[in-house]
Amino acid sequence: MSEIIQNRYEFVLLFDIENGNPNGDPDMGNMPRVDPQTGYGIVTDVCLKRKIRDYVEMVKGDEQGYEIYVKSGAVLNNQHKKAYDHLGIEPSKNKPKDMELTKFMCRNFFDIRAFGAVMTTEVNCGQVRGPVQINFSRSMDPIFQQEVTVTRCAVANEKDAEKGQTMGKKQIVPYALYRAEGYISANLAQKTTGFTEDDLDLLWDSLVNMFEHDHSASRGKMSARKLIVFKHNSALGCCQSHILFDKINVERLSGDLPPRSFGDYTVTIAKDMPDGVEMIEKL
Amino acid sequence: MIVIGYGVRLKVWGDYACFTRPEMKVERVSYDVMTPSAARGILEAIYWKPAICWKIDRIHVLNPIRFDNIRRNEVLGKISAGNVKSALKGGDVSLCQDATEDRVQRASLVLRDVCYCIEAHFDLTEKAGPEDTVEKHYNIALRRLRKGQCFHHPYFGCREFPVQFECIEGEIPASCHRGNQDLGIMLYDIDFADDMKAVFFRASMVDGVIDVQTCRDGGVFS
Repeated sequence: MSEIIQNRYEFVLLFDIENGNPNGDPDMGNMPRVDPQTGYGIVTDVCLKRKIRDYVEMVKGDEQGYEIYVKSGAVLNNQHKKAYDHLGIEPSKNKPKDMELTKFMCRNFFDIRAFGAVMTTEVNCGQVRGPVQINFSRSMDPIFQQEVTVTRCAVANEKDAEKGQTMGKKQIVPYALYRAEGYISANLAQKTTGFTEDDLDLLWDSLVNMFEHDHSASRGKMSARKLIVFKHNSALGCCQSHILFDKINVERLSGDLPPRSFGDYTVTIAKDMPDGVEMIEKL
Repeated sequence: MIVIGYGVRLKVWGDYACFTRPEMKVERVSYDVMTPSAARGILEAIYWKPAICWKIDRIHVLNPIRFDNIRRNEVLGKISAGNVKSALKGGDVSLCQDATEDRVQRASLVLRDVCYCIEAHFDLTEKAGPEDTVEKHYNIALRRLRKGQCFHHPYFGCREFPVQFECIEGEIPASCHRGNQDLGIMLYDIDFADDMKAVFFRASMVDGVIDVQTCRDGGVFS
């Protein structure tokens, strides 16, 4: 395993969608999530974390130390019933201490190392906080939610047979560019979960590539457009995160017309960084 | 020996916040304003040592109180310690959580566009050694506030609602609230020394300012 991360990071991810639903709202009949006060589109933090988990699971498969605690879809028996490498802790009759359990989970599961997890074991609300935190993504402009009616030339029930077809709905956004912001606290990595430099590289990879492996009928065309990372030269950091986030400006070029492609936006990144902060464009 | 430390003042703001009411925590409903324990959490995310304990003096509520509803897919349950123990001993158990089986949809009523000013000070605790002077801790805290440094990124109640913060060196900005407002019984903090007992107090806001210590002197419940 590589070194545990020593630096604080912030990152901004710009991703867009064409004719798809990035994140449905269960309260609104699966329409794309929207901020009701402003009309801007929203993608929740847990939606992106799900994709990161799925990406890591796909890339790492059964590899030791990269299991995913919160899985989606079917749980395969061979994944959870494999023998764990105890990495120095011999099975013994002694009751393991709570800290050992936490360490064991962190060592084996990527998502616990990155995002933390609620364990019954720790006294303080049973919570392990992970270093990686992502906020709600917000679209750059108000989005237009569209419901598209589709037909199916088959029916599910025999009694509907004479109808010959059924109608369905798809909920889409014609186009939207979203901005996600995130934080990585080196201190939580060092003190609790042991999130390493390798894990960090894997996280950047997953942010860049997660949409490539998440295509479906509802998603449409989603892609990561920009990933800008701010690396502080210390664990505590060198300046406030909002100052760094303000360095990235996205402007719409399409004038009065609604945006319909990434070309309708221009992204400007101010190059003047505060002392001790390095900007890395990953994408 | 309890030594009263210097005070700090900081402005904190963000797009969302959820200071969950404990009586409505299955489908989370936020309090109208930040609780003192959430404010303490923000300060501790910036600077904390066992030698000090943060005390919240006043919370200024600068923005109008507005709510939004967000429903998300969540998982039920927690990692079972028994299963982990058994796996650690080489047992043949399942450790992962299946998000499709264990799924539940929950709504959260969260606050929107929040902005607060926190006035707080710290006291030295019993764990303070001879080298722990209030000046030292005050200066470290102040330095971190000015530079925007933090131990981990602070958040408003839930980790998906990050806090932006800065030190207030001059006047505290004016609040949009006027008059007296009774906020009802609110969580003051969790007493970790007394078996994690929840402590409540009657909060009231005068011209946008919650004087936590005065409200607390009005009596606490648990």
